[in-house]
Amino acid sequence: MILWMILGMSVVTLVPRFAPVFIMDRLDLPPWGRRWLAAIPYAALGALIIPGIFTVIDGKPWAGMAGGAAAVLAAWLRAPIMVTVLIAIITVLLISHL
Amino acid sequence: MAEVSERINISGRGKMFRKGFVAGSPIIFGYIPIALTYGVLAYQSGLTLFELTFMSAAVFAGAAQFLGVSMVAAGVSAAEIIIAVFVLNFRHFVMSLSFVNQMKAHAKKRKLPLTLFLTDETFALSSIHKKEAKEPHAFWFYGGVMMAAYSAWVLGSLAGGLLGNVMPKALSDSMGIALYAMFIGLLVPSLKTSIAVGGIAGAAMIINSTAQWAGLTAGWSIVIGTILGGLLGVFLLPDEEEEEE
Repeated sequence: MILWMILGMSVVTLVPRFAPVFIMDRLDLPPWGRRWLAAIPYAALGALIIPGIFTVIDGKPWAGMAGGAAAVLAAWLRAPIMVTVLIAIITVLLISHL
Repeated sequence: MAEVSERINISGRGKMFRKGFVAGSPIIFGYIPIALTYGVLAYQSGLTLFELTFMSAAVFAGAAQFLGVSMVAAGVSAAEIIIAVFVLNFRHFVMSLSFVNQMKAHAKKRKLPLTLFLTDETFALSSIHKKEAKEPHAFWFYGGVMMAAYSAWVLGSLAGGLLGNVMPKALSDSMGIALYAMFIGLLVPSLKTSIAVGGIAGAAMIINSTAQWAGLTAGWSIVIGTILGGLLGVFLLPDEEEEEE
């Protein structure tokens, strides 16, 4: 029973992932359509960061904000992504457990 | 395609795969604590080790799996769980449209397997590494990114179910910031070179927040924020031809 449910979850997750391969094949997008698709990554990043980052630590939105601010600063100063991630983790660890 | 064949000798498949795997390594870092937590939770909800690992391998979508497992624990019907998972993961459809456009120079048999591994994180990382799409062995680069993420997710889930809570809670809680920090690390360099990027991301943040505040689910809110925020790009971004050096 659980296995059938997992297969169902798999199908509804995989179909939306691969369907665009066949849709884009049949679609000759105008330049504005391609500009829209080129902007999707930046829009997705924005939507993925806020408001989710405020709930990293339950009931302590400032912990996520501090970690985010540390990450913005590190990334602005051209830190590699791995370093940015580590700085953010340490910041949240310190802020939320002091 | 001309510029693609010119560069055919630059890098071999194995080298590109390793490059992709290294580029994807921040995702490993972010996924492991979440995968461990998922494994523990799934095991406690009554899934066997095989079932919980199989779910990670067959679904490969963190939020959806947490939702699925907690609904199983609450005794919700399979049909309702599947519908909820579809809604939550529909954003990958929008992301895949963008990824497939980025990979338009490549054969369908190359694009299709990659799209199966699209998550918020593999999409974000792959789309910021967009110049690799122009390489002949782009498939191997993005394959490396996807496999870094996938192996961390599947093995981390198994480890969580097998070992239980091995990570100190304070550490795994704090590591919850890791994927957000990665998203920030991907966004900021683009922001520095283009004000338009800031406008697009900022609009998506506001739209997503407003939609969630108005009571929409996180899944739909992210879809709406991404689609509408991206529409700003129609007016703000240059055409692809001008973008290329």
